Amino acid sequence: MFTCMSNPVTPASQLILRLTGTLDYNGQLAEPASLSNISDSGVEMNDPGVRDSSSPQTPPPRRHFVQVVLGSGFIAAAVAFVYPVIRYLIPPKVSDLGSDSVVAGHVGELKPNTGKVFRFGSRPGLLVRGADGEYHAMSAVCTHLGCTVQYREDLRRVWCACHNGMYDLNGRNVSGPPPRPLDLFEVQVRNDEIFVRRRREA
Amino acid sequence: MSAWSGVRDWLDQRFGWDDLIAPLRHKTVPLHRLSYWYFLGGITLFLFIIQVLTGILLLLYYRPGANEAFESVQYIMTQVQFGWLIRSIHSWSANLMIFTAFAHMFSVLFLKAYRKPRELTWVSGVILLFIVLGFGFSGYLLPWNTLAFFATKVGTQITGQVPIVGRPLMIFLRGGEEVTGATLTRFFGFHVAVLPGLATMLIALHLLFVQRFGISVPPSVESEWQNRPKSVREMRFFPNFMLREMIAWYVGLGVLGALAALFPWNLGVKADPFGSAPAGIKPEWYFLFMFQTLKLIPSRIWIIDGEVLGVLGFGLAAVIWLLLPFFESAPPAKPKSWITGLAVFALAYIAGMSIYGHFAK
Repeated sequence: MFTCMSNPVTPASQLILRLTGTLDYNGQLAEPASLSNISDSGVEMNDPGVRDSSSPQTPPPRRHFVQVVLGSGFIAAAVAFVYPVIRYLIPPKVSDLGSDSVVAGHVGELKPNTGKVFRFGSRPGLLVRGADGEYHAMSAVCTHLGCTVQYREDLRRVWCACHNGMYDLNGRNVSGPPPRPLDLFEVQVRNDEIFVRRRREA
Repeated sequence: MSAWSGVRDWLDQRFGWDDLIAPLRHKTVPLHRLSYWYFLGGITLFLFIIQVLTGILLLLYYRPGANEAFESVQYIMTQVQFGWLIRSIHSWSANLMIFTAFAHMFSVLFLKAYRKPRELTWVSGVILLFIVLGFGFSGYLLPWNTLAFFATKVGTQITGQVPIVGRPLMIFLRGGEEVTGATLTRFFGFHVAVLPGLATMLIALHLLFVQRFGISVPPSVESEWQNRPKSVREMRFFPNFMLREMIAWYVGLGVLGALAALFPWNLGVKADPFGSAPAGIKPEWYFLFMFQTLKLIPSRIWIIDGEVLGVLGFGLAAVIWLLLPFFESAPPAKPKSWITGLAVFALAYIAGMSIYGHFAK
């Protein structure tokens, strides 16, 4: 406990002590509460920081004011630092510049019963020419955990190597863990080029 | 006065060196037939130090980025003198560290060292194990090869399966909707800055806990010692146990060097974001048990997607694992047998599923 009535108090520290309610306006250091100056009722009797003796729990107004101003200042500063950091961590949205239609290949490029992965915007797509010579196009992103699928000529199925998922040529999930069918695309053959389009409906 | 004691006196007068190392002098290590298990934590620490050192060396040449990461690792392995060795040691040491961390954890579990008052030592250790797995996952992508690309795709997609927070978390991890060069730079940041910082702090805390509570004696030895107090044997940590630990580290270094030199780590093929996943693709062995489980879960169970159920199941298991000591009775009560049972089951499940995953097509 510091009882330092005789200690010199500099003007600067006087200001701080006044603001925090430790010093009363006569320049006397407020004596910290000790057993001797607490009455039987538990109310501090001669602590000048306590202005309203009826509610000893509330801090003195000046100290309370400083606490609120400093506290809200700190919170505001923390928010001002944290908010930009959180926004910084969220990656900017990349606009998918790919159109709804893309040239997936050329006629004659695929033999019957083969397939190839093509680029559709930022994602891979799969173009398959079935054994009957018909073209099928679908998303190459496995609906299970997002691996890139491939056409298995021996099974005549679309297959995902990661977890052994299997789809038919219409993108339906037929075995293994995939929970949903692959998104199917429309195929149009124009002149020499095979166009693949996203389906607009549904 | 020798030169060393001169330095010691100087330090002692400046910051009380003798008081600082006094606890280390009084530290003892119990000696019994199971004492060998006490070396595992130290070996894991040793391998972590190797990782920091070789990691710093790799940083001198590695360049993150989809267009140069693979080439820079290739450069390290083919052009830089002994680059192949440094990278090989880093890869081997990573795998050995994960193995010794798992072994250390199960030894603590079976020797009942996690019970009161050491619950927080266990918690900090399990968090460290998760961090070590994070090191493995993030470091695996850095060479930007096909296997790493798809492992990251699947791994981050698994995160995306968690309800509500999953998708934002996945985008945060990937740095976008897809696994791209943005993912690589993020993982690089996690691997060389965020995780090393966290790991260093937690290791310090973990060691502080070990220092505070001393080394646990397994219940079977404890009761033996209570019956025959004359049979209690201890060894001073410093220098006696420390020197033995150093020999273990020395042997570890020899094993590491031999493995790295005789079986250099492969680089694989550069990742192609628009290529199909290659046949026979598998994650690293320490994720194999989770991979195999996800492979076996049916696509839909009742109304929930199978993989969502799998991910939630592993998440719940991780939380229970982390809090395991709080379900346990405090000594001197008998340890709960269901926890021992759970430990045996976990070990058998992880080992069994890993072996199954290794041989499954």
